[in-house]
Amino acid sequence: MSQDVFVIVEHLRGKVADISYVMLAAARVMAQATGGQVVAVLLGNNAAGLADNLAADRVLYVEHPALSDFTSAAYQTVLDGLLREQAPRAALLGDTSMGGDVAAWLAARLAWPLVSSCRSMGAEGDALKFVSQTCGGKIMAEGDLPGPSALVMMVPGGYKPEQGQSAQAPQVTQVMAPSLEGLRVTVDSYIEPDTSDVDITKEPILIGVGRGIQNQDNIELAQELAQALGGVVCASRPVVDQGWMPTTRLVGKSGKTIKPKLYIALGVSGAPEHVEGVADCEMFIAINTDPNAPIFDIAKYGSQIDMFDLLPVLTEQVQQAKGG
Amino acid sequence: MNVVVVVKLVPDLVEELAIDESGTALDTTYLRLIVNELDNHAIEQAILLKERAGGQVTVIAPDLEGVDDVLFTAAAKGADRLIKLTGDLSAVNNFALANALAAIIKEIKPDLVLTGVQANNDLDGSVGPRLAAQLGMAYVGYVSGVTPVGDGVKVRKEYAGGLVAQMTVKLPAVLGIQAAEKPPRYVPISKVRQVSKTAKLEARPAGDLDTGNGATVSRMFKPETGAHATMIEGDVDEVADRLVALFKEQGVL
Repeated sequence: MSQDVFVIVEHLRGKVADISYVMLAAARVMAQATGGQVVAVLLGNNAAGLADNLAADRVLYVEHPALSDFTSAAYQTVLDGLLREQAPRAALLGDTSMGGDVAAWLAARLAWPLVSSCRSMGAEGDALKFVSQTCGGKIMAEGDLPGPSALVMMVPGGYKPEQGQSAQAPQVTQVMAPSLEGLRVTVDSYIEPDTSDVDITKEPILIGVGRGIQNQDNIELAQELAQALGGVVCASRPVVDQGWMPTTRLVGKSGKTIKPKLYIALGVSGAPEHVEGVADCEMFIAINTDPNAPIFDIAKYGSQIDMFDLLPVLTEQVQQAKGG
Repeated sequence: MNVVVVVKLVPDLVEELAIDESGTALDTTYLRLIVNELDNHAIEQAILLKERAGGQVTVIAPDLEGVDDVLFTAAAKGADRLIKLTGDLSAVNNFALANALAAIIKEIKPDLVLTGVQANNDLDGSVGPRLAAQLGMAYVGYVSGVTPVGDGVKVRKEYAGGLVAQMTVKLPAVLGIQAAEKPPRYVPISKVRQVSKTAKLEARPAGDLDTGNGATVSRMFKPETGAHATMIEGDVDEVADRLVALFKEQGVL
């Protein structure tokens, strides 16, 4: 048992995910309070180099061919044994497609407490405190992180990735992998994101449509504004799931991250899963009839005006301004 | 293929949410609950599997306000067996819920358990992976496609940025659904009402709902809207004017 804080590094196809650095930043806050070390846990195959810029006191590296790709089964098996043996004060995983496959499973297996949707960690005296977001980002929940060992699933937003990066490569210790025969989950192949459509991550002007667009036909109104401005339409999850826009236009947690000059969000509530995908935006404008929509906490300008009243008028004014 | 779908009822985010007097939980006085959207996708995926490969679909939901309607709607879509989990489920965490569900699901011995990969009120991880651990089944989450193949299923697992991994999963397994292969189908209320006259709801007690050693929320609050958007007031013309002025400032116009 130790007071160390473990961070399970997320990486995909040779690149460390930003959430890993966010977790390292949180772990540093925690380790300073507990007096333990920040220990990065890296699972992979020929992947030791990924440890180079991790802001950790040391790295535990588990290498095995079955870890060449992420699978729930391989990570569950390795981490079950490793965490049980090491019993750190806390183990951090991403609240993501990877961490989500593993953390709650481990919590059930190890009978450790688990806090998810965690944005930041703090300390008050002896206690480690979590701050999590819930109910689509409309509510925050905080409390003590129980001991002696606990799991935390982190979402982005509380720390900048730079806070978890280091110019000095940490010491790496290789740990023997357990037997990884007969895993019940295996990777067949990857499907690359479709590159035939426009790449919204490179577009400077984007119009986002959310659930408030109500139906597929109304997207035409957003297309017209986009066209007038020289931009492109993108969407939040509910719109893509209805089949009203292709996945290539999805902005958010399981979609793309946009960095536009101008982003106009129409009928988008601003749930964390979407907002995660808006990394940087010079001018963020939100149109939503719900005054409590979390999007108004992120946007620079907002209006409660009904978008169906606004769009035709706005498009016309833009066209006129462009001399068309 | 024998499929169980686990459904949660969660706060309706369209309504204004209030914190209760203790300051540690949501005020349930006017709280409206709806079916977790991703669990609706799980129901849809289960029905699609039944339509393609036969078998039985069982839907389990907790006995909270609106549950009968949720279960009858599932039956109207094609679910065969409806189970209502009874007990005081208003303040349970997923740890307790998974324990209660595991006991029931063990008896059913399904090939697949489908549930939404997350719910808007999850604070101790989601139900799916916990169930997988309790049931000794494989788990894959963020799934947007399921195809039976041999003694397993092929699934599409979504990663950020639009990357998808095709994986093979041995059965029995729990899958956390991100999206059904088709949008959840619509059934008219008249059909749900018709079904409610003949469909049977089996009540199964949850038993011990001990929330375990999980974290306790000491304070629940609405986020400080530190940098709230500057709101543009006025009628359509005034708002459009202001926006055009902003576009010009931006150099977009």
